[in-house]
Amino acid sequence: MNKTKTYELRLYVAGQTAKSLAAFANLQRVCETHLAGQYRIEVIDLVKTPQLAAGDQILAVPTLVRRLPHPIKKIIGDLSNEERVLVGLDVQPVNE
Amino acid sequence: MTQKRRSESASALPKAPTGITGLDEITRGGLPARRPTLVCGSAGCGKTMLAMEFLVRGAVQFDEPGVFMMFEENAAELTANVRSLGFDLDQLMKQKKIALDYVHIERSEIEETGEYDLEGLFIRLGHAIDAIGAKRVVLDTVEALFAGLPNHGILRAELRRLFRWLKDRGMTAIITGEKGDGNMITRYGLEEYVADCVITLDHRVTEQISTRRLRVLKYRGSAHGTNEYPFLIGERGFSLLPITSLRLDHAAPAERLSTGIARLDEMLGGQGVFRGSSVHVSGSQGTGKTSIGAKFADAACRRGERALIFAYEESSAQIVRNMRSIGIDLAPWLEKGLLLIHASRPALSGLEQHLVAMHDTVKAFRPAVVVVDPISNLTLEHSETEVMPTLMRLIDFLKQQQITSLFTSLTTGGSGTSAPEDSQVGVSSLMDTWLLLRNVEFNGERNRLIYVLKSRGMAHSNQVREFVLSDAGIDLVDVYLGADRVLTGTARVAQAAHERSAAELRREDHERKLRQLAAKRKAIEAQIAALNAEGEAEAAEVKFAIAQETLQEKTTQQNSAAMAQLRGGGKGGNAPKKGPR
Repeated sequence: MNKTKTYELRLYVAGQTAKSLAAFANLQRVCETHLAGQYRIEVIDLVKTPQLAAGDQILAVPTLVRRLPHPIKKIIGDLSNEERVLVGLDVQPVNE
Repeated sequence: MTQKRRSESASALPKAPTGITGLDEITRGGLPARRPTLVCGSAGCGKTMLAMEFLVRGAVQFDEPGVFMMFEENAAELTANVRSLGFDLDQLMKQKKIALDYVHIERSEIEETGEYDLEGLFIRLGHAIDAIGAKRVVLDTVEALFAGLPNHGILRAELRRLFRWLKDRGMTAIITGEKGDGNMITRYGLEEYVADCVITLDHRVTEQISTRRLRVLKYRGSAHGTNEYPFLIGERGFSLLPITSLRLDHAAPAERLSTGIARLDEMLGGQGVFRGSSVHVSGSQGTGKTSIGAKFADAACRRGERALIFAYEESSAQIVRNMRSIGIDLAPWLEKGLLLIHASRPALSGLEQHLVAMHDTVKAFRPAVVVVDPISNLTLEHSETEVMPTLMRLIDFLKQQQITSLFTSLTTGGSGTSAPEDSQVGVSSLMDTWLLLRNVEFNGERNRLIYVLKSRGMAHSNQVREFVLSDAGIDLVDVYLGADRVLTGTARVAQAAHERSAAELRREDHERKLRQLAAKRKAIEAQIAALNAEGEAEAAEVKFAIAQETLQEKTTQQNSAAMAQLRGGGKGGNAPKKGPR
């Protein structure tokens, strides 16, 4: 298990679509499993705040941005493939 | 307001004018309004510039704000790049006429997992459009996404949705794309989605000279020019060679212009050339073509008109210096802004691009007289069939603006042994007046001859004149016709001297004869006087003799009478009676 690293994650979605709901659910599951207590998730709905899209260069939704630790990493899609999410976030999976 | 203009300009399909010189003419009014247009071409052929100018002119001239979404350059780079064309994007952004959005994907940062769409792009674009009330959109170059996003299936579906969405929102859009290989117009087949209007740009290099060309490949629902048109990215942006010049309907003013050389005007019906006509001066090396051109421009400036010289052989300063040597001072006109000398290397760009540059310069300077010195340098690398249409466009363009033009051209073939009429025939048929300069080599020197080969619509001299350049300027002198050839230069001067001395001799001869006559008359008069004197002397002698004799007789009579008296009687015994004595 990772030690003192904190993961600051941002999930960009566009409205309450099936894809965005799935992404959020998938993300929560992955984080709870592998990063318990070390993460913070912020969900940004671009339909409500479109001006925030340019800042993180968001094109595709849903996009997960790992803002911390550096460097910035992006994962696009509904995060349904847990293995690839972990690779994308650069997280060591917890052995079960 | 824009709606109204659109319905006015087009009968069937509403069009959005680009404001780009020439492009609106080729497309008969502009790009399809509220629809996307695909502009494709290879790297560095001017796609971004075309799109940018479309947007800026739309915002400035047609009150249609626009969003520029770029995928390759960032905002600072783009702003710097287009500033060189005189567009101040910062200012336009402050005025909310232009919005820039830089979309960038770093493949290395991205991991793909599961389903997604590009709603984020739609939201960004929609947000920018709403922020400034945009009517125009540019996506430059949307294909960059193919490199950034691994799932091309999703991307293609989303692009199709994007172009549909742009149409639904009523955006007049330009989408740029890289030129594809083989049958593909663009590398990723964007033409599949954007099918209303396709414009291709091309940057070709032939004989080491590059020429940019534009072609409207497709324009659904509208007539359009189908040729390739050369274009230029100049100081004032994008510029296409307009095709209006292909019409043949320019006015023909009857006003005449002096060429600046009085004797030459005399040869051209006494009044010079028509305003708005074209004059072609051809001749071999060093026959004085440039000088005639400079004089022509000088004459225009003296009338207070603007003159423009395109120099392809000498720099501006060199022309001014050289012309001063024959008494033409161009410097004051340059200072006053009446004269502009546009000097450039012929090899700088292709013929078409030169002509586009000429167009731009003429449009900006608005001269009354244009001198091109020489056109032959421009046409050096090209075959005549290639040169004709482009030169025709220039000449007709000048005629339409009622600009009088003078073109010089160098003929090869030297000193009048070959027929100079042979060269430049194609170009010359476009010209109204053709002056031919020739070198004549004779008697150990070369001299210049000038004659009018043709001059449409006026009586013109059929005489050959000698063309003299001196400190005092340009002059035309009558030549002497010898037994088998015309006499020029020193031969002409010698002939003149010869004739002068002959006249002198004759005059002296006459005087001598008159003097002789006078002398003879005097001699005769003297003789007459002498004879008179002789006569008088003889008469006097005769008189004297008579008087003497008369006196003797008298004396004798008196003596006889006295003797008779003495002899007495007197009555009876006179002298005749001898017997009684």
